[in-house]
Amino acid sequence: MALTLEQVRHVATLARLALTPEEEQRLSTQLSAVLDAVTQLQSLDVENVEPTSHATLTASLLREDVTRPSLPPEKSLANAPAKSGTSFAVPKIIE
Amino acid sequence: MQLTDLTMLELAEKLAAGQVSSVEATRACLERIQRVDPKIRAFLRVDEAGALAAAEASDARRKAGTPASPLDGVPVGLKDLFLTEGLETTAGSRVLEGFVPPLDATVVRLLREAGLPLLGKLNLDEFAMGSSNESSAYFPTHNPWDVTRTPGGSSGGSAAAVAAREVFGALGTDTGGSIRQPAAFTNTVGLKPTYGRVSRYGVIAYASSLDQPGPMTRTVADAAALLQILAQHDPKDSTSAPVKTPDYSAALEQGVRGLKLGVPREYFAQGMEEEVEASVRAALREYERLGATLVDVSLPHTQYALATYYLIAPAEASSNLARYDGVRYGLRAKDARGLKELYSLTRERGFGPEVKRRIMLGTYALSAGYYDAYYLRAQKVRTLIREDFTRVFQDVDALVAPISPVAPFKLGEKVDDPLSMYLMDVYTLPCNLAGVPGLSVPCGFTKAGLPVGLQILGRAFDEALLLRIARAFEREHDFFRRLAPI
Repeated sequence: MALTLEQVRHVATLARLALTPEEEQRLSTQLSAVLDAVTQLQSLDVENVEPTSHATLTASLLREDVTRPSLPPEKSLANAPAKSGTSFAVPKIIE
Repeated sequence: MQLTDLTMLELAEKLAAGQVSSVEATRACLERIQRVDPKIRAFLRVDEAGALAAAEASDARRKAGTPASPLDGVPVGLKDLFLTEGLETTAGSRVLEGFVPPLDATVVRLLREAGLPLLGKLNLDEFAMGSSNESSAYFPTHNPWDVTRTPGGSSGGSAAAVAAREVFGALGTDTGGSIRQPAAFTNTVGLKPTYGRVSRYGVIAYASSLDQPGPMTRTVADAAALLQILAQHDPKDSTSAPVKTPDYSAALEQGVRGLKLGVPREYFAQGMEEEVEASVRAALREYERLGATLVDVSLPHTQYALATYYLIAPAEASSNLARYDGVRYGLRAKDARGLKELYSLTRERGFGPEVKRRIMLGTYALSAGYYDAYYLRAQKVRTLIREDFTRVFQDVDALVAPISPVAPFKLGEKVDDPLSMYLMDVYTLPCNLAGVPGLSVPCGFTKAGLPVGLQILGRAFDEALLLRIARAFEREHDFFRRLAPI
């Protein structure tokens, strides 16, 4: 199954990747090859099979709903590329 | 024999007897790293000060007669996927260059509490995506058995450091074979525990339903001792299993007499290198000689594991890696105009080609109109693969099989052909999809002197039996005593 350049660009937008034209070209070829290989799954009858999301887990384990100490703001912000007070700073959101 | 050639347990014995100090052992590792790592390049970062401080504290505990654990004072290394408070952690990616975690992964905390000095952070394929360590954004690691070849991946730095005697043991992670394949490629022991056995809290996520941390060591007994520390229920990981921790060393020497070992015929398919197959077959005969019964078994959906994995893992990765957007930590494209461009430029510059490939593949498989055909279908086939294992474990105690169809390949040989690289994982992926434990134990060398590993697969939470089966073989062939030619 071939992935067209247009589809590659659409997926790149969904994935928030600003690909270069060379990357778009290369990914179109490489992803098409991988998608060809995975079409093999279409031949299996899975009509009455339940999907597995976690192999050994039957249900998510939840903790008691009690407050616990969390990271203090200065530690949370220590790696921030830009900050303002106790917040992460980003460029203008509304364009 | 040099100090660094000791196994973890041999060193622990000398530490307990006061014949050697943890500071001496740690210094020996640091000197060894300085001498051989320029050729191996296993380390992304050496934490000399941190390791020595931990070693001094360990020596004080030993002197006071209050060791924190049997392995107190034994220095080890960490794949650079484990968060270490105050010590840079990059996942082998540019997007996390300079990132200093505010907390320790649970397993890192457990190692510190057990008194093991941490020597530093080991190289890996970027975000653990790869089978050769060549997708590391920094440099590839070299195989100590032949420096022109790959040590495997993604825990290639961990495996190479253990094989090159730079560390006594290491932690790796295994999503599709990333502990077992590099172990096989370097004549070391690697154990991927049952999904949920070891906490994933603070382990940088690749594919959350498959990722599992585990020990990488020179011997089976060392792997058992290290797993003893790591296998703890963790309330901070909602997928951590609330299962009691058995004594992993108790039954280690009990042998294989009377055990039924399944030989899955799908794991001996066309395309396996002759010498690899010969070595694995010889190991199977050895088990027979030792009193086990070999049973021909079938896992009929094995042929679908590769396709299933390369839909599920990239889908989960595309979601997990959405967090690297230049907002809270790591790289930020400072020249971006507006928030959208900040995201897309940061990610474009921060991620390498393999990571982009998997993000794209995963995003596609989850996108509107394709979800049912790709992702959901793969999850259903995953059920069939899991049921293969459930069925076969009604008849046999464990499975014995090859790890990789090939011996360590040349660096650069497969980098331009992603699909052929993915095929390297064909015998290790089903284990992760089924969530069962898998182990790699050295089983010989090719004529060119390249290591070959044997894979042992078992029922969920049956790690103790896998270790016992591996030990039975190791007792007959102590390949781990061989030193890599560096």
